[in-house]
Formats: sequence, structure tokens, C-alpha cells
Amino acid sequence: MEAIIQQFFNLAIMERALPLILSGLKQTILICVLVIPLGLAGGLACAILSLSRLRIARWAAVAGIDFFRAIPPLVLLIFIYAGLPFAGLRPSPMTAVAIAFFLNTSSYYGEIYRAGIESVGQGQWDAARSTGLRGYQTLAYIVLPQAVRNVLPDLVSNTVEVVKLTSIASVVALPELLYSADMARSVTFNSSPIVLAAAIYLVMLWPIVRLISRLERRVAA
Amino acid sequence: MEAWSRFLDTFFNLDVIERYFPAIMKGVVVTIAAAVVVTGTLLGLVLAIVRTFRLIPMNALIVVFVDMFRALPPLVLVLLVYFGLPNIGINLPSFAVLWLVLALVLAAFAEEIFWAGILSIPKGQWEAARSTGLGFLGTLAYVVLPQAIRLTVPPLTNRTIAITKNTALGTVIGVGEILNQATTAQSFSGNATPLMMGAIAYVILFIPVVVLGRVLETRFAWRRV
Repeated sequence: MEAIIQQFFNLAIMERALPLILSGLKQTILICVLVIPLGLAGGLACAILSLSRLRIARWAAVAGIDFFRAIPPLVLLIFIYAGLPFAGLRPSPMTAVAIAFFLNTSSYYGEIYRAGIESVGQGQWDAARSTGLRGYQTLAYIVLPQAVRNVLPDLVSNTVEVVKLTSIASVVALPELLYSADMARSVTFNSSPIVLAAAIYLVMLWPIVRLISRLERRVAA
Repeated sequence: MEAWSRFLDTFFNLDVIERYFPAIMKGVVVTIAAAVVVTGTLLGLVLAIVRTFRLIPMNALIVVFVDMFRALPPLVLVLLVYFGLPNIGINLPSFAVLWLVLALVLAAFAEEIFWAGILSIPKGQWEAARSTGLGFLGTLAYVVLPQAIRLTVPPLTNRTIAITKNTALGTVIGVGEILNQATTAQSFSGNATPLMMGAIAYVILFIPVVVLGRVLETRFAWRRV
């Protein structure tokens, strides 16, 4: 018991690691602020393409979505970070993370938007068009608001996944929350800094996870 | 033409492919992924069944476990278990750490999905089954679960794919999976071809399941009127 407290809940070590971990938290938030809007926008574009009347556009969107859903984000990130320099491009860790996460999260958000748009009945389109609204206006004012409401739990849940995903940026030495905690761990030979980082992730995400559970129940009911 | 051949030489170099093909194919992704899928979904199902007994302290524990493993990034858990446990005298090989963490994460998500499925079965089904003389467990096994599991197929498939893809995280703790072999080969050969091979190997592994997930999703879809 004593050993477990020493090893995982050592307050003295946590206190020493705190400044480093807080600067890591700032980077994590920065990645989220960059990647979540990019992913939401990219996902919407994917969804609209995948519902397009042009067969080529539809196929391209579905193939792209499936490809980036099949490849693990870490593989994509390392490919971009370690592979692109061979092609003469040297992305910074932040650029590599932004590109990899943009491709990955857009495909997931895209699938969710698509399911949402498909859940809105054809009658809504027809009625809106018959009042004189154009196609894009129908999409923006009539279909999307209902679609987003229908898939809101999935959108929130995927956003939680994106926040969790930022932890793999540590692998390309971007000094985010987990990277800082792991630095502190390797200096102190003690796991308490990682426990502290885990606690910060929990504080950020637990309320949202609870909210998702309740949203899902309500939709199911 | 010059640039094109240089591109091929860097990303699709035949010599490098030939040299590192066996090592990358040896990556143990499939074994670990299969172990994770089986143990994770089974544990999730067991937890969901335990939850139907509605023992309050038990259910509180399950909810805390599920929420924690849904909120924490898997890589945090992997590092915590891999570097933390040896210091309190528990030594696990790195592939076991990866399997344990991913199975627990999948169990948490699976429990939540199975539980939502069980809750969505109307109360009348329970009452009708009990009135025919079936016991609680009989009702659960023969009436409720068969209907509930059908509803859980699409979300469970997608979640399982997302979590088994995390086997790539094993590279961080030195599990010899595809990505690990690929990055090692890349630094030995000074050529990006192994990375390309690793990426392609993962895509070949997971594209069929992603497409299967898409098919299941439409087959089992719950249509809004």
C-alpha cells in the first residue's frame, strides 16, 4: 500500500511536476482549438460530397472516409512526421499533428454528419425547395439544424475522442499534456506525474462522458 | 520524370520492400487485436449483465470503471501500466500491457453499448416472459439479450474497430507490431518505404472491417419515420 502511494500518488513529486504539466495542458488545449473546428468543417465537406448527385464525388468521398477510418491515427501521424521529410517537406510537430488529425477526424465527423443528414426525411427537402429556397439554403437552414440535433450525442462523443487523441501527439515530441507528464516521469522515476495528467484528462472529460450517456438514453427513449 | 523516379525510389523502393517485408508481416497486430476483441466484448457483456441485477454498490463501481476508461486516453493508460506496475513489483511483458489496457477500454465502451441495448427493450417484454414462467436469468438470456444484442451490432462494430486500431500504440512501449517494425526498418534503411509498407499493411487489415461495419450499419439501421 505504502509503495503504491509512493509510486502513483506522491504529492511532492506531483507538485514539482505541476508547472511542466500545466504548460503541457496549454499545448493540448491549443491542439484541440486548432483540430476540432478543422475536423468539423472537413467532416461537413466530406458529408456533403458523399451525398452529392455526382457519382465520382460520392465515391471519392466514401473511399477517402473509409481509408482514413481504416488507418490508425498514430500510423498516419508518424507517416506524415517521419515520411514527408523524405519528400523534402519538413513539417513541425504541430503541423504534422494538425494534418494527421484533420484527415482522421474529418472522416469520423463526416460519417456522423452523413448519418444525420440521411435521418432528415426527403419531404423536408421537397417542402423547403417548393417554398423557393435554393439547394444550399435548404441544406443550411432546414436540413442541417435537424440533422445536427439528431446526431448530437455522436458529435459530442467524437469530440471527446478527438481530445483523447491529442495524447498521441506526444509520440512526435509535441510537448502536450502526456508528453510533459512522461518527461517528468522519466526524470523522477515515479509514475505520479502521469497520474496527475490522467486526473486532468478525467476532470476535462468525465462531465462530458456523463452528459453523453444521458443524451444517448434520451434519444433512445 | 527525374522527380517521379526519385519519389518511387524513396517511397516504393523494391529493394527495401524485399528486405523488410518479412519483418513487417511478422508484426503481431492480428493476434493482439483478436485477443482484445474477444476479451473486451465478453467482459463488457458480463458487466452489462451484472448491472441488470441492480445492486447499487456494484452498479456504482461499474459506472465509475466505465466512465474512467471512456474518459482517459488509451496511451495514458498504456504508459501508466507499463512504467508504473514494475515499480510496485508487477512485471508484465509489453504485449500483455497493450492487451490488458485495450481490452479494458473496449470492455468499458461495450458495457455502455450493451446496457443501452438492454434498456431499450420495453418493460412489457420482461413482464410477458416472466409471466410464462421463465426466471430472471432465463428472461435475460432467451428474450432480452437476443433482441438487445441485435441493436448493439452497428455501434459495437464501429467502436471495436476504433479501439483495435489502437494496437498501433504498442509501438510506444516496444511491442513488435507493424508500426514498430516499420519505424525501425525506416531508420535502418534511411528510406521512407517501410513507413509506406506499414501504412498499407494497416489499411489492408482494417479496410475490410470498416466496409463490413458500413454494411452492418445499413442492415441493422434503426430508421426514423
